[in-house]
Amino acid sequence: MNIESIPLQAFLIVSSILFCIGIWGLLNSRNAVRVLMSIELMLNGVNINLMAFSSYIDNNLIQGQVFTIFVITVAAAEAAVGLAILLSLYRNRVTVDMESFNLLKW
Amino acid sequence: MSIAVTTQIICFSVLSLVIVVGALGVILLESIVYSAFLLGGVFMSVAGLYLLLNASFVAAAQVLVYVGAVNVLIIFAIMLVNKKEDLKPIGNLKSRRIISTSICITLLSLLIRVDLSNVWGLSDPNTSIGEESTIRIGEHLFSDYLLPFEVASVLLLMAMIGAIVLARRDVRNEDISTGLPVDQELIEKSSEPLLIKKN
Repeated sequence: MNIESIPLQAFLIVSSILFCIGIWGLLNSRNAVRVLMSIELMLNGVNINLMAFSSYIDNNLIQGQVFTIFVITVAAAEAAVGLAILLSLYRNRVTVDMESFNLLKW
Repeated sequence: MSIAVTTQIICFSVLSLVIVVGALGVILLESIVYSAFLLGGVFMSVAGLYLLLNASFVAAAQVLVYVGAVNVLIIFAIMLVNKKEDLKPIGNLKSRRIISTSICITLLSLLIRVDLSNVWGLSDPNTSIGEESTIRIGEHLFSDYLLPFEVASVLLLMAMIGAIVLARRDVRNEDISTGLPVDQELIEKSSEPLLIKKN
């Protein structure tokens, strides 16, 4: 890859922005499905970071790409279990409002 | 990647713009359905960035797993829990927004400062394996990452069984009033909603 083409910092900045947007959505969403979407956005930001490092810093033994594959696997499992928990919560509470899930509050 | 530098920069700019604007749309749009479809667009653009980084296998995995599985799952979940409800207004919403936004902006400025100020030890471009990355990933997965690879398969099995157990409904196999067996349609047991009285 021609290193002079796109600097590594450009990829890192895009991934930082994506991660921070995900955190903002996680903190501010009231819909539980949107919270799950924000988590996926954050995981994608992390993946871009890993891929950029594996291509610019470790371009012979691309271990970052292997890590990205594992992150994608875990994200798929997390999405399946998270949405199942969400369905179960919706069945018990008949709402998806995050403010009403206060079972652990004492 | 064997395309011209200018083309790469144009592709990178367009993809980054789509990613940032799409992600903002995902968290800011009022309708959750629009958010879900925009999320699919963000995933596709991230796959495009992976192609720019010479990682065709990971790009294909991203499209298959994220767009094909996770996004479809999210759309199904929206379909199942899609109820128009008026959210209860909560107090001190404004101060919450201010605090969370300032936390995010602080974190973003910190990350960008680290990105720009650190001196990254870039490796020699001549050692790059370029477009043979798929072969190298296969070698990794069957030699030094063999144990995590097998554990990932167990994890996926556990996640599948867990999701089925969590999302399953209890079904009666006989009619409540007549006692006859029901085989045509599923009648749900009328369970006491345990948690509703809490607030």
